[in-house]
Amino acid sequence: MKLSELASIKERMKDKVALRDGEKANRIVVCMGDCGISAGARAVLNTFVDSVYGAGLADTFTVTQTGCIGLCEFEPIVEVFTEDGNRTTYIKMTPERALEVVEKHIKGGTVVAEYTKEGAAR
Amino acid sequence: MIRSHVLICGGTGCTSSGSVTIHDLMEKELEKAGLSDEVKVVQTGCFGLCALGPIMIVYPEGIFYSAVKEEDVPEIVSEHLLKGNIVERLVYKDSVTGQHAKSLQETTFYKKQHRVALRNCGVIDPENIEEYIAKDGYAALGKVLTEMTPQGVIDEIKSSGLRGRGGGGFPTGNKWQFAANSVSDKKYVVCNADEGDPGAFMDRSILEGDPHAVIEAMAIAGYAIGADEGYVYVRAEYPIAVRRLKKAIEQAREYGLLGKNIFETGFDFDVHIRLGAGAFVCGEETALLTSIEGKRGEPRPRPPFPAVKGLFGQPTIINNVETYANVPQIILKGAGWFSSMGTEKSKGTKVFALGGKITHTGLVEVPMGTTLREIIEEIGGGIPNGKKFKAAQTGGPSGGCIPASLVDTPIDYDNLIAIGSMMGSGGLIVMDESDCMVDIAKFFLEFTVDESCGKCTPCRTGTMRLLEILEKITSGNGEMEDIARLEELCNYIKSASLCGLGQTAPNPVLSTLRYFRGEYIAHVKDKKCPAGVCKKLLSFSIDPDKCKGCTACARKCPVGAISGKVKEIHVIDASKCIKCGACMSTCKFGAIHKG
Repeated sequence: MKLSELASIKERMKDKVALRDGEKANRIVVCMGDCGISAGARAVLNTFVDSVYGAGLADTFTVTQTGCIGLCEFEPIVEVFTEDGNRTTYIKMTPERALEVVEKHIKGGTVVAEYTKEGAAR
Repeated sequence: MIRSHVLICGGTGCTSSGSVTIHDLMEKELEKAGLSDEVKVVQTGCFGLCALGPIMIVYPEGIFYSAVKEEDVPEIVSEHLLKGNIVERLVYKDSVTGQHAKSLQETTFYKKQHRVALRNCGVIDPENIEEYIAKDGYAALGKVLTEMTPQGVIDEIKSSGLRGRGGGGFPTGNKWQFAANSVSDKKYVVCNADEGDPGAFMDRSILEGDPHAVIEAMAIAGYAIGADEGYVYVRAEYPIAVRRLKKAIEQAREYGLLGKNIFETGFDFDVHIRLGAGAFVCGEETALLTSIEGKRGEPRPRPPFPAVKGLFGQPTIINNVETYANVPQIILKGAGWFSSMGTEKSKGTKVFALGGKITHTGLVEVPMGTTLREIIEEIGGGIPNGKKFKAAQTGGPSGGCIPASLVDTPIDYDNLIAIGSMMGSGGLIVMDESDCMVDIAKFFLEFTVDESCGKCTPCRTGTMRLLEILEKITSGNGEMEDIARLEELCNYIKSASLCGLGQTAPNPVLSTLRYFRGEYIAHVKDKKCPAGVCKKLLSFSIDPDKCKGCTACARKCPVGAISGKVKEIHVIDASKCIKCGACMSTCKFGAIHKG
C-alpha cells in the first residue's frame, strides 16, 4: 500500500463514520409519526439521506427523524434547522420536493418558500 | 443509504450480559421493518460502563441505552429507528445527578474522562480496518516511515514523557533507546498482553476494541529500534481479544500494513501471537520472553535487560498494551500535546479498571493527577448501598491500599509509591466498611502463593509463611509478636526475591499494616474482626430484650443451633453455630448481634 492509498481509504470512510460524531449544527428533521409515515414520509426521509449524504455533506448536515409534531394534516413535514438559528418548516413534502430543497436550500442556502407552511398559506 | 448507526458493545462484559443476542435480534428486527438499508448495526469494543450492559448507542442522536433486554429491541426499532421517538425508559439514568442522560458524553461517568488509549473503544468496529483508518489509523506509521528517522521517533517518545503502563512506570523512550543502541542484525518488539492482576481488564478491552492501535504502535517501535518482527503474548483466557487481534493482523497484512516493504519504504514488519496459559508470573518480562521461546515461564535475573539480551537472546523491547495504544497518538499529535496532560513526572492519561464496592464497575481513563475521590465519587458513581468508603486497592497483588484519609491524593506513579502502593496495571478495587483489611491481605497472599513460580526461595517459601501467619491471625490464634514477624519477613522477601512477583508480593500486607494496624491488633489482642468478616472471630448472640420469640431464626438456621419456644427468648449454641449469618438477616426485630 502507498501512503496515498491510505489517505483515499480515509477519505472514503470519513462520511461513513461521521454519523458517530453526533448531530451536526445543521439538521434536517423528517417527521416520522404514524401520520407522517402514512402520508409518505419514509420516501422523503430516504431521499434526503441519499441526496445529502451522497453529496458528501455528512460532516455538516445531519438527517434525522422525529415523532409527530401535532400538525398531522400537513404531513409529510420536514424541518430544517441551520446553525444560524433559523428554522424552516416544509409541509406536504414529496421526494421530488425534497430534491429541490436539497439543491436550493441545503446546498444553495435559499429557502424554497412555496413549500413552507407560510408560503403554502399565501 | 445509511442514516443511523446502532453501536452495540461487543466487549467481554456486555457479551456476557447477552449483547451478541441483542445484536442478532436487532439485525432481524431491522430487516423485518425494512430498515436494513437505512440503519447499520455496528459491534464495537468496550464503552466502559460494564455494570450497565448490554449497552447500545444510537447515532446521529447519540442516545445512550443501557441494560437493553431482548424484548426491548422491537420497540427500539419501531419507535426510535423508524419514527424517531426515543425510548425514554431505556435511556441511562445518571446515578450521580439522577437525570436521564441522553448522550454518553453528558454522563458524570464520561465528563471527567479523557480518552487517549481508549479513544476508539466503543466508537469503531474493531473488526473493520477501514474504520480504524477513518479515525487516522496507520497515519502515524506512515508519518514515521516517510518523515522521521528512527532516532527522531525515539526522541519524540522520550520527550512525551510516556512511562510504562504495565506496572513499573519505566520511561518508554529510554527503553527504546537502549534497544536501539544494542547492535544486532535481529531484534524483536514484544507486547505484554498477559494481564494477570485480579480486577484489571484494560488491556483486554483495548485489544477487543482497538487492536490495530497496538499493531500500528508495534510497527512504529520496530522501525525505531530496527526490528522486523513482533510478538503479542496474550492470555488464552481472553478469547474475544485473541480473535479480534488475529483478525486485525490478517487485515493489516492484506492491506500491506504489515509484511514486506510497508508504504514502499523498504521497511518490513510482521506480528505473531503467542498464547499464555495463564500463569501470573508470565506477566514478568523475563518469564514472558522465556515462555514465548517455548520454555517453562520462569523469570531470570536482570541484567542483562531484555533491551540488551531478550527474546531468543536478541535485543528486545517489551511494552504493555496500554503503553502501545498511546504511541500512534503521540506521533500524530506530538510529544507536547501528550506531555501537556498529567503531572510533572507522570504524563498523559491512565486507564483504571474499577471494581469492588463501586456503582459503575467498568473502565475509565483519566489524566494522571486526578484524585481518587474524583474517580470513585464522581466517575465511579460512589459506593453503593449507602456504605462508607474504607480503602482502595491499586496495583493488584503487587500494590497496596489507599485509606480514606488519602482519598484526595492526586494519582500518579510517584505519589502512589510514596503512600506505599503502586500504579500496577491500573486495577482499582474499592472497599467499604464491611471489608476486613487483614482478610484482603490474606486474599492477595493466597493469590501470590498460588502464582509463585517456585524458582527462588524467598518468594516460594516466604509468601507461604506470610500466609500462614495471616491465617493464624484471622483464626484468632495470633500473638503480638506475629505482627513484628510479618513485617520482618515482608522486608526480607522484598529485598531477596528474584523477580517483581516476589519483590512486590508483601506489599498488600505492608500497606494494610501501615494504615490499618489497629485492625491487626484487634484480631490479635481482642480476638475480634471489626468488619465482621473473619468467621473464626465472629460470634452471634441474641439480645434478650429485643427477642420476641417468633421462631423465625430457629427455623432458618441450617444447623439447628438456635433453640427456644414460641414467645420465649431464643438462644444460639455457639458450639453448633457455623456463623453463616442467616439468622441475622431473617430477624425482623434486629435482635441478633454479630461481634
